[in-house]
Amino acid sequence: MELAAASALTELIQQIVGGIASGGVYAALALALVLIYRAMDVANFAQGEMAMFTTFIAYTLIQFHLPYWVVFPLTIAIAFGGGVLTERVLIRPFEGKPVLTLVIVTLALFNLLDGLAGLFFGYILKPFPSPFSAEPISFAGINTTYQDLGVLATVLIILAIVYVFFSYTKVGLAMKAASLYPESSRLMGVRTSWMLALGWGLAAAVGSVAGMMIAPITFLDPNFMQPILLFAFAGAVLGGIESPLGAVIGGILVGVLLALVGTYLPSGQNLRLAFGLVIIVGVLLVRPAGLLGRAQVKRV
Amino acid sequence: MALLELEDVHAHYGSIKALHGVSLQVEEGKIVALLGANGAGKTTTLRSISGMVKTTGAVRFRGREVTGTKPEEIARMGIAHVPAGRGTLTQLTVHENLQMGAYIRNDRGAVARDHERVIGYFPWIRERRNQVAATLSGGEQQMLAIARALMLQPKLLLLDEPSLGLAPIIVRDIFQIIQTINREEGMTILVVEQNANVALKASDTAYVLEVGRVTLEGVSSDLANHESIRRSYLGD
Repeated sequence: MELAAASALTELIQQIVGGIASGGVYAALALALVLIYRAMDVANFAQGEMAMFTTFIAYTLIQFHLPYWVVFPLTIAIAFGGGVLTERVLIRPFEGKPVLTLVIVTLALFNLLDGLAGLFFGYILKPFPSPFSAEPISFAGINTTYQDLGVLATVLIILAIVYVFFSYTKVGLAMKAASLYPESSRLMGVRTSWMLALGWGLAAAVGSVAGMMIAPITFLDPNFMQPILLFAFAGAVLGGIESPLGAVIGGILVGVLLALVGTYLPSGQNLRLAFGLVIIVGVLLVRPAGLLGRAQVKRV
Repeated sequence: MALLELEDVHAHYGSIKALHGVSLQVEEGKIVALLGANGAGKTTTLRSISGMVKTTGAVRFRGREVTGTKPEEIARMGIAHVPAGRGTLTQLTVHENLQMGAYIRNDRGAVARDHERVIGYFPWIRERRNQVAATLSGGEQQMLAIARALMLQPKLLLLDEPSLGLAPIIVRDIFQIIQTINREEGMTILVVEQNANVALKASDTAYVLEVGRVTLEGVSSDLANHESIRRSYLGD
């Protein structure tokens, strides 16, 4: 009996550890969503497809036999440039327009990237390499893999960089000010329109990391980020859509919850998407501000 | 040549016309007051200077026409604008507000010196630099907004109703500091006020706006004795 209980506990902890690793990926994409939401109050439905597209770019670069750790930063840089360009070309004409208009533009971008990816890269599933070995590693009876630990470490480093950028740099501070107080910021000489472009660039860059980290597990095709986007939304909503730290915590929690659902509910693996939606709807009904968000107070 | 010159400036919000040809001059080193009742177009005049409202006519700063320039570029030319209601970045700390004030500057050493100089006018800032600005009193937020504007190292300071919602004794303090800044640094200041009494005492020259037009202008001490001003704005 005791042995069975102990092994059940080990199993539970094991699932939680695995959940934290995939949750790290949701956290990264959730953070990307929050970056754009904070900058312009818009949920960017194309965030997942942007990550998908940059992962295909990484895939292409790897086909040219570039080493992984060259491709990785290069892809982040390309994603950043692509994000800035997207804002300048597609979003800028709609700056200051109603939120619904912008949301529809992001849906159009979703379709555009989806179509372009199909056109350029095809719909056949492609394997994507991982820089980390799939070898198991054991700590105190808990098994995990170098792969899981590597993904989690990479995501945490990226999140830390974003944190430092917003907390300790002048441009980070200006981005924060521009999103909270656009008019006053302009009176201080902040080019707020460029701050939006920078926000899109950062979001695309952070999202590209999520894409590259999950692709070795899911494989690569034009639709591979769609469930991840749903889980990232669940994470962002759970953490509080305006809170970067909330997005990270929410993303990881969603990863853990999904791992538990997948293991302990009958046919749980098939319920993961549905469960992601349940989290979104549940949080919006019970605590719309999320765990770390503040209740919305709109000045009129 | 005046530092700032408005010539026949018209402005409108959509179809509503707010300024009907305002002309005024701000000489370098002076404090100029812009007086008038609610809705006379005082705030709109400042907004036309900062490029925050569609205007026709000419706004000239240091002899150069700047009409239609974006607010962020106007700020970069050296015009610091403290909007009505202070425009304090309430969720940021006091220190971050000052950092944002110096956003366009890259001369770290000079920024640090200005920081000390500005704190000299508002010594309370030093102990409260890490406090979130929302927790300051109204008077402190106004002072912080002025301090922040000074961090831009402006050639011209635009103040929109610094007395708004403040107790008379705080208003007096703030205008004393405004005069000190003008005297010690030769800072040119254009201040919009409903409180004509205080503004006329502090300023060199003044303009009175009524329904989007300048109806009176002159040396402030003369205007203070002007009969129609006494009747309309000074409560005699």
